[in-house]
Amino acid sequence: MVALEQAIDTSGSISGAKVIGRDVNVYYGDAHALKGVDLNIGECEVTSLIGPSGCGKSTFLRCLNRMNDVIDGCRVTGRIELDGIDIHSKNVDVVHLRARVGMVFQKPNPFPKSIYDNIAYGPRIHGLAQNKTQLDEIVQASLERAGLWKEVQDRLEQPGTGLSGGQQQRLCIARAIAVNPEVILMDEPCSALDPIATARVEELIDELRTRYTIVIVTHSMQQAARVSQRTAFFHLGEIVECGDTEELFTNPKDERTQGYITGRFG
Amino acid sequence: MATINEHIVKSFDDQLNRINDLVVRMGGLAEAQVAGALDAMVKRDCELAARVIEGDDQIDDLEHELEQVSVLLLALRQPMANDLRRVVAALKISSDLERIGDYAANAAKRVIALEATERHRSASSLSRMAQQVRVLLRDALDAYVTSDAERALEVWRRDVKIDELYGSLFEELLEQMKADPGDIAACTHLLFIAKNIERIGDHATNIAESVHYLVTGRYMEGARPRGVDPNMPAAAEA
Repeated sequence: MVALEQAIDTSGSISGAKVIGRDVNVYYGDAHALKGVDLNIGECEVTSLIGPSGCGKSTFLRCLNRMNDVIDGCRVTGRIELDGIDIHSKNVDVVHLRARVGMVFQKPNPFPKSIYDNIAYGPRIHGLAQNKTQLDEIVQASLERAGLWKEVQDRLEQPGTGLSGGQQQRLCIARAIAVNPEVILMDEPCSALDPIATARVEELIDELRTRYTIVIVTHSMQQAARVSQRTAFFHLGEIVECGDTEELFTNPKDERTQGYITGRFG
Repeated sequence: MATINEHIVKSFDDQLNRINDLVVRMGGLAEAQVAGALDAMVKRDCELAARVIEGDDQIDDLEHELEQVSVLLLALRQPMANDLRRVVAALKISSDLERIGDYAANAAKRVIALEATERHRSASSLSRMAQQVRVLLRDALDAYVTSDAERALEVWRRDVKIDELYGSLFEELLEQMKADPGDIAACTHLLFIAKNIERIGDHATNIAESVHYLVTGRYMEGARPRGVDPNMPAAAEA
């Protein structure tokens, strides 16, 4: 076997990190879910977080826009920086933080409103549009960037919940984009979608990364390999290995990574 | 090869083991074919040469089977990491072994043609070179079976010696032809046999490269060490 003398830097040191996590710990009551995680997330690239269920990857994802704040009994320690600013600092407005760090969930969850209002909701509450024309522009641009405009442009007043699953997920991505985020977090965005809808979302992720920093949690090794430039493998609340996606999937350094991605333990 | 086993899905292991078995079987056959061709050359045994020529089909069949199993595995399992490298290495090694089989059969054909010239020409360095190639191939295949990257590297470095032997053999045969034009036909056959043996060495070296990649996940660094090919003027080498 290959000698593994060289220390593996699990933080995945890269220049131009948009988000930096240092010694991040999360406790759910007494349970220590995330144990001293260090991770750098590069600007305008896709980072995928993989690992078996319960390994802490979604917990870490939720730390990045303080979604864990709303979970009872959840305690987060350590430091998370967005553009060098500690997101737990008193000066940070969490509503504003979540506009900068948007989120897309596993199950498409459009509001029970029209397609138009699904997109317009965020810009309205954040005061991003001065008038109806500007709001229309934001709605159209967001739907275009999410690759949904052509499919819905003549039915913007119909309920978002009436779209197909794949369209609903792209609607949710458009909704996240509408408030001008810098980072988009995706928690298994394709696990409820068929292969065609999945391919559309993956293509979209590839387009979006020219503009946004994307962090995606996925259970599909192939998806992580396809869409991301960097991959972090979580196991039992720790990062085992983080590196270039290409390298991690063809020649992982750690036996546990190898075991997981090749289907030898779960 | 403990690393193949222990997948959660057992049939995945079965398929990988089958690919591995096919490579090993092909390797064994290729070794036997090369040994047969070289023995036929040394002993001037046309019957043995004929058996080598016939035997080539078996290697081709195994290569076919291995390709089908590999394609199926890639489609069904989408292997990652060392599993992926194992399948890729098996495909590459099997095509090298198939070529080696072809060269052995070609050499055997030349043995028969050589006998037909009724000139009992030989070249002293030819059997030495043949012996070295046999060992090179054996070591490359042993490196595969034992997943030994160091040994693969050692095989890779040794091919240069065979190239050098080929170079001196070429000169030797050229001198013979100049000295006695009646020997040209026999020497030409010997030259082709030598070229076939030299090519077998190159493919054994390819196998060593694949083994190194399979085991370490890294490609061999730097250009392959090679001797001077007397057939080629230096400028045409690139």
